[in-house]
Order: sequence, then structure tokens, then C-alpha cells
Amino acid sequence: MTDPILAISGLSKSFGALTASRDISLDLRPGEIHALIGPNGAGKSTLIAQIAGALRPDAGRILFAGQDVTALDTAARARLGMARTFQISALPMDYTVLQNAVLGALGQRGDVVRFLRPVLRDTDLRARAEAALDTVGLLDARNTRCAELSHGQRRQLEVAIALTLRPRAFLMDEPMAGLGADGTRALTTLLDKLRAEAPILLVEHDMDAVFALADRISVLVYGEIIATGTVDEIRRDPEVRSAYLGDDMDEAAP
Amino acid sequence: MTRERLLNATLMAILLLFPLYAWATDEPFLITLTTRAVILAIAGVGLNIALGFGGLVSFGHALFFGLGGYAMGILAYHAQTYTTLTDWPLTLQGTKSMPVIWIIATLTSALAALAVGALSLRTTGVYFIMITLAFSQMFYYFAISWPTYGGEDGLSIYVRNGFPGLNTMDPIQFFALCYGLLALILLFTARLSRSNFGLMLGAARQNEARVAAIGQRPYRLYLIAFTLSGAITGLAGALFADLNRFVSPVMFSWQTSGEIMVFVILGGVGRVFGPVAGAALFILLEHSLGGLSEYWHIYLGAILLGTVLFARGGLFGLLAGRGQPHD
Repeated sequence: MTDPILAISGLSKSFGALTASRDISLDLRPGEIHALIGPNGAGKSTLIAQIAGALRPDAGRILFAGQDVTALDTAARARLGMARTFQISALPMDYTVLQNAVLGALGQRGDVVRFLRPVLRDTDLRARAEAALDTVGLLDARNTRCAELSHGQRRQLEVAIALTLRPRAFLMDEPMAGLGADGTRALTTLLDKLRAEAPILLVEHDMDAVFALADRISVLVYGEIIATGTVDEIRRDPEVRSAYLGDDMDEAAP
Repeated sequence: MTRERLLNATLMAILLLFPLYAWATDEPFLITLTTRAVILAIAGVGLNIALGFGGLVSFGHALFFGLGGYAMGILAYHAQTYTTLTDWPLTLQGTKSMPVIWIIATLTSALAALAVGALSLRTTGVYFIMITLAFSQMFYYFAISWPTYGGEDGLSIYVRNGFPGLNTMDPIQFFALCYGLLALILLFTARLSRSNFGLMLGAARQNEARVAAIGQRPYRLYLIAFTLSGAITGLAGALFADLNRFVSPVMFSWQTSGEIMVFVILGGVGRVFGPVAGAALFILLEHSLGGLSEYWHIYLGAILLGTVLFARGGLFGLLAGRGQPHD
């Protein structure tokens, strides 16, 4: 087996008396989708924030692309290829779809302190942006202002920006949040394709999507990972069933 | 041609033709009045880079305006009194050369903006407003209490500084210089707004989390923007002092910061030519309403209130609609 792209070990984080992460270890291997599931308040978002660099853990280590990134900030981790999408779309709303995608490519390329040349005439940035938009199916909407996009299109744009970062791993925080059935299906197909590009750590509530996509699943409850395994292993795990999935497996989780 | 471009061209044409008309009809006062508007417009264009493009509400830009003014005042004062600026570690002379003064004023303000920005940008929101105000007030009181350069009375310069090949005491020639500088700075700002830096800075204004997630640090972008912004406002300060042949602590006062901010808001925050419209409107109001009453600011206040409540895009928002996403 190849080395994991992302390896987290012994990660802990408390807010006062509340333990949001308790000794968490998990890894993300090349080519896989590793889903992170758990009930509301289990600490999924806190964990993602620590991996992305927005929150500093109290203890533990994060290795990314063979490097200890525990002390690095969000920007430095992103430059290493950690491509994050947000649970609540974080997009510059005044910008067009194309500007948003070019922004991602520019952030990755890094030559930000240039004052005179029009950024949208930069053929390299533009090609990378348009390729990413094409992948998610937003190329036709490239001149639409972000504020005028539908919710589903914004979710697609989040993924497109992540794609412009030359990602070595995706960190996706509930990409399906708020999508209808069609949107969820389309995004599921897209993520399935993306795993060839880079592995995905996927936080998701939509169990159909998780079961369809995940190579492995980790279950987080009260800040602790209670199980990690393949879809079948997780489905059968009695502890997971009582803690989270419920005994009636025909019913999709919330 | 988009409506915004048409408006830009009209504005610049009026600012050029009006003083030419005044020159033809021998009304030097009106030329000077327009020159004043042009110089204040440069100060506003400077602030707009921080306030409009970066969303940094600086209430301390008088600091840079004043520094530019004093850079001119101090250099020219030493030149006209034939004294040296310093004797140690090396002897520095004053100067009456505008280009040299401009460079020194711009660099001094840029350095000050870099230092003030590095500290202030650690705060946000109302704290940022207050800390920038505090820095400019520091300089205000320092200028008042420093007798070498006139203290509260300020410094008078007898003859306007020189520019090679021009007679700067001729109002129309000095106007032409200032207008040329404004045009250059607008060209730079327009390009900036479409550049790599402009795109990233605007993104930071709208969503800092996004900028970090694509590998950039908002603080660094803000600091660069604040430095550029202070440098341009500083240059305007040097021109303003040269226009009046006088510099005083008033240039450092919070009222000055407020006025520069008013140009930007009246014209249209974040619009490249917005501060030009704002400064021109301000001078127009000052000239026309100032004749009616000493308390003309009450009308200005009403207009400002109307702008903020009903026309948040300022004059440009009203006349040119929303800014175009540019190609």
C-alpha cells in the first residue's frame, strides 16, 4: 500500500469542558474517498477546521504530503495542495464564476503582487480556470455573477475552485448540503470522477451519497472515532448502528 | 462604451475644459479652485485603494496627506532659508524641486503607511477605524507642538516649488501638472483594479476565508494596499501644500481624514473614478453653498446622509449602475 497523503495522529481539541476532538487518528490514501460521518455536534466541522489550519489542535500531529503541517496556517497548507470546500459557500459574491475560478488558480500560482497586467487576460490562469469549470459543468455560466447563481451552482463552483488549486487532497465539508435530489446525484457522479484527481476526505450527511462513494468510512461520535472501515464493515458494526445509523437501515440518516 | 466609461470621460473632460475656459476668460481663481478639486481627487483615489478595493475603513488618511504636506513644507523651508536639513551623519539640503519633493513625499508616506498598517491591520472593524484615527491624531499633536516648523501656525512657503520647463506660479501650468498626475494615477488604479493583485484584494474584502483557502494571506494583501494607498494620498498632500504655499497641522486633523472619506463615499466606493466625482462635487458644494452660509457643512451632511441611505454606490452608482465585471 502507498503512503497516505494525509495522516492525522492523536489529534485533540477542547473548548473549556467540551472535548470536540479526542485522540483522533485517521488517514487518507491516494485514490480513495474517505467519508467522515457522525451525528450533529460530533465534532466533524471542528476536525475539518483543524486539518485545514483554521483551528490549532491542543495535541496531535498532522502530516500532509510527507510534511508535518501542524504548525502551518491555512494558506500554507493550501499552497501544499490541500483543497478545501466549505460547508457554507465561501465565495466572493461580486465576482463572476470565471473570476472565482481564476482566483483559485492565481492563489495557487502565487504571483499575486502584480499590479499592471489584466488578470483575466492571463492565458495560463484562464485555461486552468476554464478546465476546472468545464469539469464541474459550469463553463456556460462563466460570466454570471456569483450572487446570481443557484445554490447548487455555488456548490459546484466551490468544487471548481478546489480543482484549480492543483490539489493533492480534497477536504470537503458537506458538499451536498442543501442540494435537492438531482443536485446530489450530479455531485455524486462528479466526486466519483474526482477521486482519480486526488483523494477526498468527505464530511457528509447524505448517507446514500456516502455509501455510493466511500471506499472507507470513519464514524465520529462525541469527538471520538468509534469505527473506521469499508462501507460493509460500517453498515454491520453494532456500535455504529446503535450510536448513529439506527437499527432500521432502510431509513436514510438525517 | 459602457456608461461607466462614458461617465469617466465626461468627468475628466469637464475637469479639463472648465479651467481652460477660466484661463481664456482670465479667471485665475476658478483655475485654482479646479486645481484644488484635482489634488483632493488624488487624495481620494489613494484612500479608495484601501477603502474601496480592500474594504479597509481608514479614518487616518490625514496622516499621509499631512506627511506629504510637511515633506514639501520642510524641504522648501530649508531651501528658502538656506539652512541644512541635518548635518549629521551627512549634510542634507532642502529643495525647491517639485519632482524631488514628490518622490520624498510619496516614499515618506509609503513608509508611514507600511508601519501604521503593519500595526493597525492586526485589528478589524471599528478597532481599525479607531487605531488609524489615533495614529493620525498623534501626528497632529506632534506637528502642533514642534516649534521648528511653525507649530500650530504652520509653515509658509514664499514661492511655489519649481518644475523643469514650467512656470508653476502660473495657475494654468500648475493645474496642468496636477491634472497630468491625476490622470497617471487613475491609469495606474484602473489597471490595478483588473490586475492579479486587484482580483485577490477584492476577494479578501469579500471573503477572507476563501483567500486563505486558496493559499494567500489577507493581511499581506491589505498591507500592500494600505501602503500604496498612503503613498498616493501623501503625494496629494505635497501638491496641496504647494497649491496653498502653506502647510499646517490642519492637514493632519481628523476633519481632513473625514473629508477624504467623504470624496470616496460621495463619488462611489470602489469605483476607480469615484473619488474624482466626489472631490469635484465637494468643491462645487463648498464654493456654491459656502457663499450662502458659513455653515454649509450642514447641507453637505444632508447630502452625505442621503447618499449613504438611498444611493450607496454614490454618484457613480446612481449614474452608471453597478460596476461591470470586467474582462
